[in-house]
Order: sequence, then C-alpha cells, then structure tokens
Amino acid sequence: MLPESGFVVFAKRDCPTCELIEPVLQQLAARPSTRIISQDDPGFPTQVAGVIDDRELEQSFHHSIEIVPTLIRMEAGREAERTYGWDAAEWRRVTGISDLGKELPGFQPGCGSLSCAPGAEDHLRARYGDTGLQARKVALGEWDDPIEACFERGWSDGLPVVPPTDVRILRMLAGTRRKPDEVIGRIPPMLPECTVEKVAISAVMAGCKPEYLPVVLAVVEAALEPMFCMHGLLATTYFAGPIIVVNGPVTRKIGMNWGLNALGQGNRANLTIGRALQLLIRNYGGGRPGEVDRSALGSPGKLSFCFAEDETDAEWEPLSVSRGFSPGASTVTLFQGHGVEAFKDEKSRTPEELSKSMGLVLANCGHPRSNMPRAIFVLSPEHHAIYKAAGWDRQRITQALQDASTRPGSSIVAGLDGIPMGIPASRAAEPVAKLAPDGLMVVRAGGPAGLFSAILPGWGSKPDELTPITKEVRE
Amino acid sequence: MNQTKEWLRDPTAETTSVKRPRRTPPASLKGLRVGLFGIGKNRTDEFFDQVEKRFTERGLAVKRFAKPTNARTAPPEVMEQVLAGCDVVVVGLSD
Repeated sequence: MLPESGFVVFAKRDCPTCELIEPVLQQLAARPSTRIISQDDPGFPTQVAGVIDDRELEQSFHHSIEIVPTLIRMEAGREAERTYGWDAAEWRRVTGISDLGKELPGFQPGCGSLSCAPGAEDHLRARYGDTGLQARKVALGEWDDPIEACFERGWSDGLPVVPPTDVRILRMLAGTRRKPDEVIGRIPPMLPECTVEKVAISAVMAGCKPEYLPVVLAVVEAALEPMFCMHGLLATTYFAGPIIVVNGPVTRKIGMNWGLNALGQGNRANLTIGRALQLLIRNYGGGRPGEVDRSALGSPGKLSFCFAEDETDAEWEPLSVSRGFSPGASTVTLFQGHGVEAFKDEKSRTPEELSKSMGLVLANCGHPRSNMPRAIFVLSPEHHAIYKAAGWDRQRITQALQDASTRPGSSIVAGLDGIPMGIPASRAAEPVAKLAPDGLMVVRAGGPAGLFSAILPGWGSKPDELTPITKEVRE
Repeated sequence: MNQTKEWLRDPTAETTSVKRPRRTPPASLKGLRVGLFGIGKNRTDEFFDQVEKRFTERGLAVKRFAKPTNARTAPPEVMEQVLAGCDVVVVGLSD
C-alpha cells in the first residue's frame, strides 16, 4: 500500500541516476511514510525492506511516470507534488530534509520510465486503463491459437487475419485524428451503422499499419456512396469487386507500389488496404461468398485490389486531378472491376499505331460483341513513352482509345459466324462504342521495362447505373 | 513486463439474426393478386411478358413492379408498393 501522506519514489536499477542516489533512497526508506517502487528489480535499492515490485508497471502507469527516479509527495491520499531526475535542491525542498544526498553531485538527469518504453503505453492502457473501445470483447480459451480462433468464428477471407487485440486496435486508431465513435455510414449488405473503431478493427485484421488508416477510411467512405453500388458489386454473379487507385503524397508516405509488379504481390499497403474494405464488408456488413456474394467465379482481386498511380512524371496529369481534385491532394478512386487483362504490343512506335492496337484489345474485353461501359487502362511507362514523345496528354490518349474501341455495327451483329451474341441487325450501319463517353480511366503504373499495359474491365452494362467514386484522404 | 493475456474485439456488427419460418405457400392462387417483380436486367420484360400471359390465361390479376437497376437494391418505396399491391410475387432475373 502507498502511504496516504508521505513519499513515494519510482526507480529502476537499470538507471545510473537511480543507482547514484541509492543512499538517498535508503535514507528515505528508513522513514515510515516512504515507499520505494522498483520497475525492474524488487531487490533495488539494496538494504531496503518492502520495495514494491512494479515489474508489471501498473503503479507506474497509474501515476503517469515518465522519468525515473520520480519523487512524489502524497497528502491525504493524493499527489501533492513531484520532482524527477536528481535535483538535490528540489528533493530537499520536497522532502524537507536539508542534508539529503549532501555527498552527491547537485544534479543528474534521470532515465526514461519503463512504462514509456516504445510500445509499452498501448499495452498498459489495454491492461490497466480505459481503452474507450466499444466493440464486444471475445474471450479466447487459454490454449486457443488466436489466428485459428478467428478462422473458427468465420472472420477470415481464407487467409490468416491479424487477431484484433486491444493493443493493436489502439495503435491503429492512433493513425487518424478522427474519433473512434465517429459514424462512417452503413455497411452493405446488411447496413449496420459503422464507426471508425470497427473500420480500425478490420484494418488490424487485414494487416494494415496505423498510417494506412486514413486511406482505409476514405476507401470505406467511397464504397458507401450510393452510386458506387457496393451491395450490387458484392451480390453480382460477375467477376468484379472494388478496385482502388490511390493518388497523391500519401502514396509515398505509406510506401505504396506503383512500379514493378504494381498490380501483384509484395507491397503491404497495396495488399492490405483493399483487404480491409473486403473484411469490413464480410464481417461487419455480413457479405460473404456463397451468401449475398453470388459471384459465379469471383476473381483473385476480390481479396484486395489496390495500387498507386505513378506520379513521378511531372508532365502526367494524375487521375485525381483529372477527376477534379487539386494537385497535391491525396485521394482514393474506387472502381467496380476485375482483371488483369493483358495488352501486349511490342511493335507499335507511334501514338496512332498504339491507340488502334489498344482499342482492338479493349473492344474484345468480356466479349467482342458486348459493350463494357467502364474500364481502367493501366498505362505502363514504356507505352506511355511513345505518347509522351509525341506530346500526347491524358485527354488525348483517352479520346484516342475511346475512338479506337468503337466498332462498325456490322462487325458485331448477332448471329454473325453462327454466334448468337451481338447487337440487332437494325444497328448494323451505326458505329458502336465499346465504352460510355466518360467510361475510361487511364492510370499510369508499372515497371520501367516491358511494352505491356493492362485493362481492368468494369462491371455493369448500363453506363449511368453506377460510377467510379473519388474521395480525398483525411488524416 | 509480461505479454498481456488479451481478448479479441468483435469485428462484426454484433447483431443477432432472427430466423423466420417461410410463409406457407397458398394452396391455390385463386383470387390472389400476383406481382411480377423485375430486378432490372436487360430482358426482364421479355421474360415477364410470357409469365404474365400464363397467369392471365388462368384468370389471375397480375401487377408489374420493378427496381430501377439491377446494380442497386430496391428502394423502400418500391418494396412497400409490392407489399401493398399483391399477395404472391415472382421475382424475375433474365439476362
């Protein structure tokens, strides 16, 4: 028990200043109203009976100890004042012992408290403090493997998830200034109201770092926009899922990949940000494959499909700017799609040749005779270099691809070559666009070598029933 | 300091599902209002024209409902119209 009135000293053996003042601690401990609390060794200071063992750091946490030694004067069960480090004059003033430590130097700074060691604070808050977390606690059996426990509860997308412990959730929430109880919206398909805290839990489980959380929150907000049609995207029998393109300084800050293998594996931010959204839909919204998710085949991108745009070419207008956001803004753009469909052309050398060639492949996506209102074209640096050399910008490239993917109606009439797919013969004289007029988003990404670009085909057959959504990332 | 022996936090919406038994199908459609609910696919009308013909040939009253697009769920007012306007419903796909 700590004295109602008297002195408490927090110390640790592994602190040169605490060792220096060991005679002072011994002198103080000889008084009945003084207790010494040791953070690392209850045998320190020596020759003192009744040292309080605080290796679990509970007392240090409750007294908000930042430095050892810390001397606290208690009065009527409350802290009256404190001093820390060794400052002889202060210790003498606080204790009222005029010759305390007279053989010691007058001043020596203390050391950091073990309760403030990197990472300790979240553990201590989770164990002894008020976490403020509202989500229900799920107790595990003593011998349970937490990862297996998550599988057993149906919380996994098929890969192991990071178990959402209080410590991890608190650290994740430190990644945003937004309050844990702020309501983000209703998560499809079941539409329960969702808070920042529950998004953070999904981000933990997906493997995100705390600095990704603002991006994840923007992604969730975008997915909840009515015109994104997240419920339908989940429920469709088609392949598609949410594809996320991230723009702006945040991509560099959190180390996203827009270069080699940008659409593949190997980058934590790319792989976990999209997964956080999908886990939220699954666990919070209640949207599971085989239940509301009716995809006939699905696609690997439904685990996580997220990448950054390459903005290293100052002449290239970022996707975010083309969608009305300021240069320098960090954004997420969500698109309903799947892929990757390869575009391989190592022969074209002029922008006209390249555009016609790309249009041919675009026009064949899904089915050569069907429309595809929307798509992302991932333009690789080597293909872009051909356009750049000719002075073509985003708008000109986009228009050229729109034009090149428009087909003569006569070439896609139903029944041609014995294939029922196609348009009615009455439209044979029309040019038929593959894409909606605003349906193509060009995104620059990929490694420096390889005359390969990629098409990410969109979902839906009517141009106005859904749109991509862009949101700014808020810290 | 020892590792904290921790619990996990629930990532779900912490709701409880209520399983309701299906309503018993009517023994006969006689006198019942039949609703045809299109979910917004391209050829729904073509399909429902055939279905409606079959019902009307049997002397049943048929009423058509639809949601605006297959990409989004039906708005609540459409669902209310369905509830108020018919006794049994056929939900139509048809691509």
